[in-house]
Amino acid sequence: MSHTKGIKPMSESYKDHDPDAGHAENEQHIVSPKVYFIIFLSLLLGTLLTIGASYLEMGPWNPVVAIAIAVVKATLVVLFFMHIKYSSKLMKLTVGAGLFTFMVLVGMSLADYISRAWGQW
Amino acid sequence: MSDSHAVAAANAGHIAGQIGEHSDGHEDHPAYLRHHFVSLEQQNETASFGMWLFLLTEIMFFGGLFTAYLIYRNWYYPAFVAGSHTLNIFEGSLNTLVLISSSFTMAMGVWCAETKRQKGLVWSLIATLILGLGFLGIKADEYHEKYVLHHIPGSTFSSQGFIHPSEEALKSGEKPLAADMAAKTEVYFSLYFAMTGMHALHMIIGIVLLCGMLWKATRGAYMDGNISFVENFGLYWHFVDIVWIFLFPLLYLISRHQ
Amino acid sequence: MSTIVSLPDQATARVPKRNYLTNENGILSWLLTGDHKRIAILYLISITFFFFIGGALAGLIRLELLTPQSDLMSSDTYNKVFTMHGVIMVFLFLVPSVPATLGNFLIPIMIGAKDLAFPKINLLSWYLYLVGGGMALGAMITGGVDTGWTFTTPMSTHFSNTNVVTTGLAIFVAGFSSIFTGLNFIVTIHRMRAPGMTWFKLPLFCWSHYAASILMVLGTPVLAITLVLVVLERTIGIGVFDPTKGGDPILFQHLFWFYSHPAVYIMILPGMGVISEVISTFSRKRVFGYTAVAFSSVAIAVFGFFVWAHHMFIMGVSNYAVLVFSLLTMLVAVPSAIKIFNWAFTLYKGSITFETPMLYAFGFMGLFTIGGMTGVFLGSAGTDIHLTETYFIVAHFHFVMVGGMLMAFLSGVHFWWPKMTGRMYPEKISQLAAVVTFIGFNLTFFPQFLLGMLGMPRRYAAYPPEFQVLNVFSTAGASVLGVGYLLPMIYLIWSLKYGKVAGNNPWQATGLEWQIQSPPLTENFTTIPIVTQDVYDYEWLERQKEHEVTHVG
Repeated sequence: MSHTKGIKPMSESYKDHDPDAGHAENEQHIVSPKVYFIIFLSLLLGTLLTIGASYLEMGPWNPVVAIAIAVVKATLVVLFFMHIKYSSKLMKLTVGAGLFTFMVLVGMSLADYISRAWGQW
Repeated sequence: MSDSHAVAAANAGHIAGQIGEHSDGHEDHPAYLRHHFVSLEQQNETASFGMWLFLLTEIMFFGGLFTAYLIYRNWYYPAFVAGSHTLNIFEGSLNTLVLISSSFTMAMGVWCAETKRQKGLVWSLIATLILGLGFLGIKADEYHEKYVLHHIPGSTFSSQGFIHPSEEALKSGEKPLAADMAAKTEVYFSLYFAMTGMHALHMIIGIVLLCGMLWKATRGAYMDGNISFVENFGLYWHFVDIVWIFLFPLLYLISRHQ
Repeated sequence: MSTIVSLPDQATARVPKRNYLTNENGILSWLLTGDHKRIAILYLISITFFFFIGGALAGLIRLELLTPQSDLMSSDTYNKVFTMHGVIMVFLFLVPSVPATLGNFLIPIMIGAKDLAFPKINLLSWYLYLVGGGMALGAMITGGVDTGWTFTTPMSTHFSNTNVVTTGLAIFVAGFSSIFTGLNFIVTIHRMRAPGMTWFKLPLFCWSHYAASILMVLGTPVLAITLVLVVLERTIGIGVFDPTKGGDPILFQHLFWFYSHPAVYIMILPGMGVISEVISTFSRKRVFGYTAVAFSSVAIAVFGFFVWAHHMFIMGVSNYAVLVFSLLTMLVAVPSAIKIFNWAFTLYKGSITFETPMLYAFGFMGLFTIGGMTGVFLGSAGTDIHLTETYFIVAHFHFVMVGGMLMAFLSGVHFWWPKMTGRMYPEKISQLAAVVTFIGFNLTFFPQFLLGMLGMPRRYAAYPPEFQVLNVFSTAGASVLGVGYLLPMIYLIWSLKYGKVAGNNPWQATGLEWQIQSPPLTENFTTIPIVTQDVYDYEWLERQKEHEVTHVG
C-alpha cells in the first residue's frame, strides 16, 4: 500500500464518485398511471370525507379529524405524486427535517401562548 | 457514514465531464450534461435535491402563516367561525377538487415525459394549465364577493354583518357577535387573504412556468431524457396543492355542523 | 520569530499565466460568470463596499455618543443611523461574509469538485444581494429607517414614518440570496464530493458551512414571511400584529427571532470553520477531536432553532416560556464551548507560529469566549432582566460578531489570499493591523459591558453624564479600530501588484485547495482527485514534499 500522490486520474464509475449512491433513485423507478389514479381517487375521497365530517358535531374533535385527514392526503401526495416512497434515504430525511423544523416553529410558539395567564385560553 | 472506498483503477481514454477542448466530441454523454457533473444521474439527482430544499423553504414560509392562524383561531374562535361561514363552501370544495385533479394531470405529465409520450405530455400540461386557471378564476370570484361584503381588511372593512347578521344568516344558525368579537373577524380575514393570497401568488408563478414548459413541449422538448425541469416543476406544483389541502379545512370548514 | 511560510524563489517565480482570473476577459465574462471563484470575488468586493458604509455609520454613532447630549444629530436621526448600521452589518455584511466569499471560492475545491451544484443560482444569488443592498441603500438615502434592525411592531407597522417597507423588502430580497447560497452548499457537499472524499475527510470548514446552510435554508423563509406581513400591515392594513384589531405584537417577535437567532449561528459558524483551518495549519497539528467539532457544528445548528425567545424575556411571553427557553439557551452554549476547548487542545503541544491569520485566530478565541460567556449571563433569565436593552447586550453581540466573526473573516481572507490571488500580502504590516484591530476592539467594546451593567440603555442618543467617560474610551477605541480595518484595504490591494508570488502552498497546509496552483484554474482540477489521505494529515504532506519538486509559473 502506498501513500503516493493524492491526485489521480478520475474513475469512470459513477458509484465511485458518490459515496452516497448505489441504489435506485426516483429516475430509475417510473411510477405507473394506475398508482397515480388510485391516489387521485383516494384524495377525492378524502376531500369528501373532510367536508362530510365538518357537518358532524364532534366537539373538540372536529379540527383534529380535519387536520388528520389533511395529513393523510398530504402524505399520499408526498409519497406517490412526489415520489418520496421511491426516493433515497437522503430525500426522506430532507422532507423529515423540513417537517420537524415546521413543528418546532408551531409547537414552541404555542408553548408561549398556551401558558400565558391572560384569560385568552 | 460510508468509509473510504477502494479506488477504482482509472481508465485511459476520454473521461466524461472533463473540461478541456471538447469540440464536437459529445458522443459519450448527452449534450445537456453540464460539465461540472460527472454523470446524468448526478445531474438529475442534484436538481431534484435542490428543488426539495427549495420546497423546504416554502414549508417554513407558509409555516409562519399557519402559526399565526393557530394562535388567533384559539383566541377568537367565535369570530373565526363566523368568518369561515361567510366563505362559499361549494366554491372552496370545487377548488379543492380542481387542484387535486391538476396534481393528477401533472403527475401524468411527468409519466409521459419519462416514457417519451409527447402528445400525452402536451395534453397533460394543457389539462393542468386549464385546471390551474380554473382555480384562479374561482378564487377571483370569491375575492370579489369578499370585496362586495366589505370583508377585505383595511380601510373598507366592516364587521356590521357580524354584529347584525342578515335574515337568512340568522335562519341558517348564525348568531350575532358582540362588537369586540365581531371586530376580530378582521384578523380572520387578514389571515384568509394572507394565506390564500400567498397561495394564489404561488399558483400564478407556477402557471407562468407551466406555460413556458408547455410551449417547449409542443416543440418537442423533454423527449430526449432531459426531463429534470418537468419532474421538478411537478414537485413544485404538488407542493402548492398540499398547501391548499391544509388551507381548505382550516379556512372553510370551521364548525360547519351548526 | 519562526515562520512556516515557504515561498518559491522570487527571482524566477511567476503567477501562473492561465488561471480563473485571466481565463476570459471583458466585463460580461464577469457579470455572466458561472465560475464560483469569480462569483466569490464579486461578493468580496460588494461585501467590502457595504462593510465600509456600515462602518461609517458606526463612526457616526460613536461620534454622537462622545457627549451626553444628542448634539451631533437629533434623536430621530440617531435612530436611523443605528438602524441602518444594524441592517447593513447584519444582513449585508455578516450573513454573507464568509459563506459568499470564502465558502463560494473554497467549498468546491475542498471537496474536489469543478464547481458548485448550481452555478447559475450562485450568480443569481449575487444579483439578489446587489438588488437587496441597492434597495437598502435607496431606503437609507431617501430618509432611512428608525425602527432598529429588529423592526419591532407596532412601531414598524404603525408608528414609524420612515422607509420601513423599502427596507423590509430589501432584506426580503437579500434573504433569498442567502437561501440560494445555503441551498447550493448543501447539495454540493452531499452530491459533488470527489472519490474518496467521505464525510469524515471533509475539512471542518465544509462542516461549518454545511451546518450554517441548513440554518439558511430552514430559518430565512420565516423572516421572509414576517417581513411580508409587516409590509402588508403597513401598506394595506392586512394585519395580524395590530393590538387595536386584536393582533399580538409579540407574534411578530416570535416569527422574527425564529430566524434571527439562528441567524447569529449562520453568521458565526462559517467563521468557526475558518478558525479550525487556521489553527490547525499554524500549529502543524490535526484539529483535536475532529468528530466532536464536526458534530458540534451540526448541534449548534439544530439547537439554535430552539432558543429564540431568549430575545423576548421581558416582552410579555409567559413565565413558563421564559423558563423553557432559558434552559435551552444554556444547552446551546455547550457545542460552542466544545469547539473552543478543541481548538485549545489543538494548540497544546503544537508547533505554533504567529502569522497574521493566526493572530486573528487568537483574537477570535479570546474575544469569542468573552462574548460567549456574557451570553450565558443574558440567557439566564434573572440577570437578563437587568442587562437586557442595555449596552451589555450591545457589547455582548459585538464581542461575538466583531471580535469573533469579523476577526475570523479577516483571518480567512488573509489565509486564503495567496490562493485566491497568487500573491502574498505583506506580513509585517498585516500583523501590525491585526494587533491594532485587537487593541482598538477591546478599547471600543469592553467599556460597553461596564456601561450596560451600570444601566446605560441602548439605542439612546442622549445619556446621563456619569456615563460619559466610558463612552469617550469607547469612541477612542473606535477610531483605533477604524485604522485597523483600513490598513488591510490598503495593503491587500497593494499586494495584488507588488506582493510576493505565493506558489501553490505557502503555508504548507493540508487540504485539496493547497495542492493546486495559485490562483486556481477555472476548472479547479485538471483531473478530479481521488482522495486517499486523511484530513489534516501533516505526515502525508511531508511525504509529498519528499516526492515532488514544487514548480510555479
